[in-house]
Amino acid sequence: MKRALAAIGSLAAFLVAWKLLTVVTGTPDYILPPPEVVGDRALRAIGSGVLWEHLWATLTEVVPGFALGATSAVAVGVALGKSVVIERVLSPYIVAAQAVPVLALAPLLDIWFGGGLMARVLVVALIVFFPIAIATMVGIRSADPRLREMLRSLGATPSQLTTRLEIPSALPVIFGGLRVGVTLSVIGAVVSEWVSASTGLGVLINIANQGLFDTPLMFVALAVLAVMGLAFYGLVVQVERRLIHPA
Amino acid sequence: MGRMTQVQAQPESDAGAAVEGGLAVSVRDLTVSFSAPGGRLTALSGCSLDVAAGSFTVIIGPNGCGKSTLLRAMAGLLTADSGSVVIGPEQTPPRAGDRRVGIAFQQPRLLPWLSTLDNVALPLALDGQRPAERAERAMAVVAQVGLADAAELRPAELSGGMAQRAGLARALVGDPPVLLLDEPFSALDALTREAFDSELQRLWLSRPRTVILVTHAVSEAVRLADRVAVMTARPGSVAQLVPVDLPRPRPVGVEAAELEGAVRAVLASVHPPELTPWTAPT
Repeated sequence: MKRALAAIGSLAAFLVAWKLLTVVTGTPDYILPPPEVVGDRALRAIGSGVLWEHLWATLTEVVPGFALGATSAVAVGVALGKSVVIERVLSPYIVAAQAVPVLALAPLLDIWFGGGLMARVLVVALIVFFPIAIATMVGIRSADPRLREMLRSLGATPSQLTTRLEIPSALPVIFGGLRVGVTLSVIGAVVSEWVSASTGLGVLINIANQGLFDTPLMFVALAVLAVMGLAFYGLVVQVERRLIHPA
Repeated sequence: MGRMTQVQAQPESDAGAAVEGGLAVSVRDLTVSFSAPGGRLTALSGCSLDVAAGSFTVIIGPNGCGKSTLLRAMAGLLTADSGSVVIGPEQTPPRAGDRRVGIAFQQPRLLPWLSTLDNVALPLALDGQRPAERAERAMAVVAQVGLADAAELRPAELSGGMAQRAGLARALVGDPPVLLLDEPFSALDALTREAFDSELQRLWLSRPRTVILVTHAVSEAVRLADRVAVMTARPGSVAQLVPVDLPRPRPVGVEAAELEGAVRAVLASVHPPELTPWTAPT
């Protein structure tokens, strides 16, 4: 209850400050529209179904992209954490792929995968992969050596060691990676839409910006992206709370 | 009972004693070293010890003398430079996870995300036993160590003493013929510790098995042991075997004259004028 009040209070303060800024500076609507203009534009975009269409398109990229990127990152992270050889062999490629900006890789993926949804899902998967894989690797290695010895004394096989000790003790760190990854997934979706897409919130921003000079609609799209990021982040935190018992 | 000192370590006479079949553990000329910053560190050097089946042996010695290393070698947890360890009537070397051996460590080493019951049942789970089966067996052992009311609690909710009991229960759950205890009560306060010692004695009397306990507390050694193996300073080896021929169950908290005398005997052997590589006990 208290927390809900705090959240509502901070949102109200934010909106008031925004409104004051537009009034005091007298900025025109096409540069910084006041909140009520954005709100009105949002209602119209919802009413016409435009917002839903673009929101849905982005969701179809973010959800499968994040799922694909996160599961493969955890699998690769476990392998990296368990084997120094695998880490030596793979990590240069993983780091290099991360160092190249996704914005530069997206057109290539677009060519390879024929400009469809698949290419955009892969861009999302690629951008979430790195933080989750690295977090998993670090987490796997951080398992208490005394607990390792205990399991060894009980004759645990390497795979039992992974499932019974390494993954459970890595979970808090893995979830740290998932929190970073899930916010990046929204960025990845927008970037992929800029390269090739006809619908999506990234596309909506482009349409509003270049075609229509509809700055309030841009703000609507940005706000929806922000809320989407918050919602997914909150979802990850909720799953984390269910899964990880306070030690 | 007369089971204490029938079998004495006799490094000179090789493995002849092993044929009798009365040995639970036999260590011969064991040398173990570790890589350490600035060279190798020899933890054990030419260490020999024979432990009769069903006896209660306490290994005692100063800090860093290799007591824990010796215990780990008996559990098959490390590779020796030279020498041998064999266990059981089979007289074969122990492997990591050997079901003939149960080990409890200085820290309870429980998995923090499992309940007491699931922690105790862990060895059975690793063996692939069915949940219902292993829960029944684990519950029996949990009750035996007095944790029946704490079966569903997680390690963070247990006191230090309760956690140690859980660690002991996990070592006992597979009913191993040889129980290895690495200073399991050393982190507990003196009173709790005495209570534990007497409970351990009770457990052992109710179901005799070979127990090898490592400690640096002389009074604990005398309270529990049939025989005390005194180790030299590092690199460690067994310097002397002191039989503790006192009736059981032995009193706790009452410093009987007999016990005192025995403590002194052990103390004298911990700090002899010169530690010789194995002196026959008188």
